[in-house]
Formats: sequence, C-alpha cells, structure tokens
Amino acid sequence: MALLEIRNLAVEFATARGRFRAVDGVDMTVEAGEVLGVVGESGSGKSVSMLAAMGLIGWPGKVTADVLRFDGTDLLSVSPRQRRKLVGKDMAMIFQEPMTSLNPCYPVGWQIAEALRAHHAVPKERVQHRVIELLEQVGIPDPSRRAGNFPHQMSGGMNQRVMIAMAIACKPRLLIADEPTTALDVTIQKQILDLLVDLQRQHGMGLVLITHDMGVVAETAGRVQVMYAGQMVEQQATDGLFNTPRHPYTAALLDALPERAIGRHRLPTIPGTVPGIDDRPAGCLFSPRCKFATARCAAEAPVPQAGVRCHTPLDDAGAPR
Amino acid sequence: MTVLMQAHDVVRHYKVGGGLFGTPGTVKAVDGVSFSLLAGKTLAVVGESGCGKSTLARVATLLEPPTAGELTIDGAATAGVDADTRRKLRLSVQMVFQNPYGSLNPRKTVGATLMEPLEINQRGDAAARAQAAREMMAQVGLRDDQWGRYPHMFSGGQRQRIAIARALMLNPRVVVADEPVSALDVSIQAQVLNLLMDLQERLGLAYLFISHDLSVVRHIADEVMVMYCGRPVEQAAKADLFAQPRHPYTRMLLAATPSVDPARRQLQVSIKGELPSPLNPPPGCAFASRCAHATARCTAERPDPRPLDGHMVACHHAESIG
Repeated sequence: MALLEIRNLAVEFATARGRFRAVDGVDMTVEAGEVLGVVGESGSGKSVSMLAAMGLIGWPGKVTADVLRFDGTDLLSVSPRQRRKLVGKDMAMIFQEPMTSLNPCYPVGWQIAEALRAHHAVPKERVQHRVIELLEQVGIPDPSRRAGNFPHQMSGGMNQRVMIAMAIACKPRLLIADEPTTALDVTIQKQILDLLVDLQRQHGMGLVLITHDMGVVAETAGRVQVMYAGQMVEQQATDGLFNTPRHPYTAALLDALPERAIGRHRLPTIPGTVPGIDDRPAGCLFSPRCKFATARCAAEAPVPQAGVRCHTPLDDAGAPR
Repeated sequence: MTVLMQAHDVVRHYKVGGGLFGTPGTVKAVDGVSFSLLAGKTLAVVGESGCGKSTLARVATLLEPPTAGELTIDGAATAGVDADTRRKLRLSVQMVFQNPYGSLNPRKTVGATLMEPLEINQRGDAAARAQAAREMMAQVGLRDDQWGRYPHMFSGGQRQRIAIARALMLNPRVVVADEPVSALDVSIQAQVLNLLMDLQERLGLAYLFISHDLSVVRHIADEVMVMYCGRPVEQAAKADLFAQPRHPYTRMLLAATPSVDPARRQLQVSIKGELPSPLNPPPGCAFASRCAHATARCTAERPDPRPLDGHMVACHHAESIG
C-alpha cells in the first residue's frame, strides 16, 4: 500500500473576486523509501497541495479530493483529534524560511522538545537527551550549548537544520520538505540535501521534496512531478524527465536554464506569465504560452494520459506528436 | 578597451561593538579587492552570504568610502574629492537591487519612478523627462500603456525590468547588479538575463554582477571573482575558471552547485563547516578550517593572491592540487 495517496485533489480559496482554484486535479502517490520531487514556479500550487495533505489549509480555503489517504487512514474524514496524533508524528513537514517558521521567543531546544512531548515520543526524563541527539544528527556542532540558543543567535543554515531536527524528532514515515534549501548558500544547501537523503535512506522514509530548483531535483529525486498553475502537468522518473520531457512546459522550463544554454548568447524564454485569477484560459492553462498550441488546446482542457497533461505530448526528439 | 572602473586593494572595515566596557572589534567586510571593469564586459563576484559581495557593491557605487585602497571611475580618483565632484562621479555608477518587490516605491507609478532620477538631478524640463522615460520603457520591453501603473500590478520579472530601467535613466557607464535574478523564477530569470545582455551590447555598459548562482554567472560573465571572507580567493576569465578551478574553495562551490546534467554530478565532495566570523577571522587562510588540503602553513600564514596560469589565486598549494 502506498504511504500517501492523493487522487483529484483540489484546493479552492474564496476571494473577493470569486472562487480561485489554487490546486486543481492533483494526483500523487508516494511509496515508503522513495524521494519524489515536486517542481514548479512560484504560484504553481506546490506548497498548497502539500499543506492540504497535512490538513493545514484553514478558512477560507476548501479542500476536496476523491482520495486523500495516508497509510490507509482517510485524511478527509479523520477527526481533528486523530489528525493531531498523525501530523507531526507519522507525517511531518519542513517549512520554508526557518527564520519565520521558528518561534523567536523560545530556545530551539525547547521547540524541538515540544514535538517530542506532544506525541509522547520518549519518556519525560529522556526528552532533553533526545533533543541533543537530534541536533547532533543534523550536524549542529556543540549541540548541548546550541539547544539553549534562540533562533536569532543562529545562522540561516543552522535554523534550517533545527527545522529538520524538529520534523524528524518522532521518526516520521513521510517527510514533506517545502523548499528546504531555498534561502541557503550552495555549500549549506548541499549539506542539508545530503543530510535529508541520508535520513531518508536510514529510516526508509518517504520524502516529498518541493522545490523550484531543477538542479536540486535532478540530484536528489527518483521521480518528479511538474506543476503549472495548480495542475500537475507531467510526471516521470527523473532521468526520463530531464532527457525526454513530454510536456511542452517542462521542455521550455529546462531550455530556460542557463546551465543548458552554455555557449548560446540568448536564453530561450517562455513568453508571457503564469495565468492569474482573472485570466485563466478556457482550454489548456499553458496554451497561451505554448509554442505548439493548436486550436484544440485553446478550447479543450487536456486530461492527464500516461503522466502527461497535454493533447500533443512531445516525442523523443522534442516535437509534438 | 576602456577601463571604466578600477579598484586597487580596496578595503572596507567596520568598527563594531564596544559598548560601555567591551572591547570594540573590527569587521573586515572587504579586505583587499582589486579589479578592473571594462566597457561592454561583465565581472561577476561570487561567494556565500557574508563574504563581502554586497559591501563591495556599496563601495563600488560610492555609497560608502573605502577604508583604504583606491577606486577610480573612468580614470578619476574617488578619494579626497569634494562633495560636488563625488555626486557627479556617482551618476556614472548605478545599481539594480536583488528584490524588485522591495526596491520599488509602491506609491509611485512606473512613469514617476523612471522620471525621479532625472528630477533629482535637474535634467531637462518635464516634457523632456517624460520623453526620456518613455524611450527607456521601450528599451527594456515595457509597453507604453504601462506608464501609469503601480509596481503591485506587475509580476516579478516586469518589476525587475522597471528597476533596470530606473538604473539606466541617468546613462551610467557602470551598472552594479546585486543578485538581480535570484528572486525570480527560472523562466522569468531567463528573460531578465537576456535583457541585461541586450542592454550591455547596445549601450556598452560594464556590469559588476553579484551572484551566488554559478550557473547564472557562467552564462553572463566575462570574468569571475570568487570571494571568501572579504578576500578574493580566485579571479580568472570565465572559461578558465570553470574549466580549471585552481582554488579549493572554487572547486567546492562548483561541486556544491546542483546540476541537471548527470555527467557533471560525478564531482562528489563532502562539505563541512560554515564561514568563519568576519569579526574574528583566523590568522592564516580563512578557508583552512574547511579545506581538505590544508596544512600547518595554511593555518599560520595568510596566502596572498598570486598569478598562476592566467588565474589570480590565493592559495599556498594551488599548483599541487590543480
């Protein structure tokens, strides 16, 4: 059985200008011991879909799905009490921007201990010991002293490690990491990613890595889902995605990477911008920016087929079929 | 080729702390940086946060005087000149900031934002200023009907276009760009990078391009300077630096940059430690504590930049490890 199973997830927000679908028809399966990368530009619904899975979307957001299951537990009908037992223990999340996610008023050690106490993960007298063990595990030097530090006394990379320590405190079976390295320098990013992959292998965790950095996904994930304007447009094994992207959006996104354009003077760009709340096209959401779009694309929304949401997916040579 | 800006051993120190009883310290934010900016060329400054990149930008834009060393713009010295001359010198160096959400005034329309530098410097009459602003909008790819719009009505990439247009209003020779694309998504980033390169070609601008993203630097730069703890550790033409990095820190940065190319993922290095505090830098090589090749000499004696195969490298062991 899959660890996390999502079918047809939608998240809507009631706004002054009407209802806005931030996430639309997302399917996702995460197996234990697997690293799934979720990529997309800002506003593509990566974070919101995962927050919905964690049950962290509050009013005025509305979550609907055909299936939303964690290890056999239906997350749509679960009682708040049961959900609290699950979230933070068996499924945990590392949030973006540690500087704003940590509480500035408490030492970081106390904040990690909070998770352990809430879930009675270890006996009371062992809590402090476990906190130091966790800080050591995430590579913080001098952990017993650092446990007494406040977030402002630590660097961004250190705080991100505290966030990771907090998330893995109860040995979760599913870890969702939302842009865990975005605000960090490349050398620190490398350390954090190595750490996450190590932990994932050690505990056989399922890891969902949300990022906008194609390089990070290429180096860590085994399978990748690409999101655009709230929809999942493509899903493939990592090598396949980078060698033979099937969706025109994925292909255009990869082409726009400076790394892939070495020696070329101008980078290929994607014209236009991601559609906002007012200018969603009727058919395929990417059609106004797609160089292969046909009349059918503008009129009729494609449904995902073999992991690609496109009427004319690209073949191995990058031409529409 | 014309040298538009030259820095010779520029140093910028800050006095900090002290208080009532404490001993004051000195932060060596920039400690001995030399470079030349040529017309139509881009010098990229690379390094982790806290390495002095942004302080260097502040010195280069004459927002702060260097503590020691010499900075010349178009051959004219910037030290010891009167306020009026300095103001004139400043006009030829303009800056594009990292975050276009924070660097634009939300209460000013695009037109007003672009005309402001001209108003402050009393260039032309109102009609001429509006004319110049409209021409600049066309240059950076903004539509004429966007004249009266406010920053919040634009996407990040469009806002960065406005910020670039504003920087160019006074016809600078040098543009200092402090992480101009790091707040943008990949597809938008490509648009802004293309724009910067187009403008450079058309106007013969020199760029001091500050970035932590090596793949962006590899695309846009002509010359690259890698900084660590306020000091340049390696400086070379782009092709040389990426083909054969000489300093262990440059190698570490290159290895740490995630790559979409599986072939380039072979370079596996383990990375330890963080930047030492610039308040209390170690006596020898600042990188010694994180370096796999460090010897007793590295912790005792600070390496000075020296030429090696067209690179400037500050490492005692550059030959043996390269």
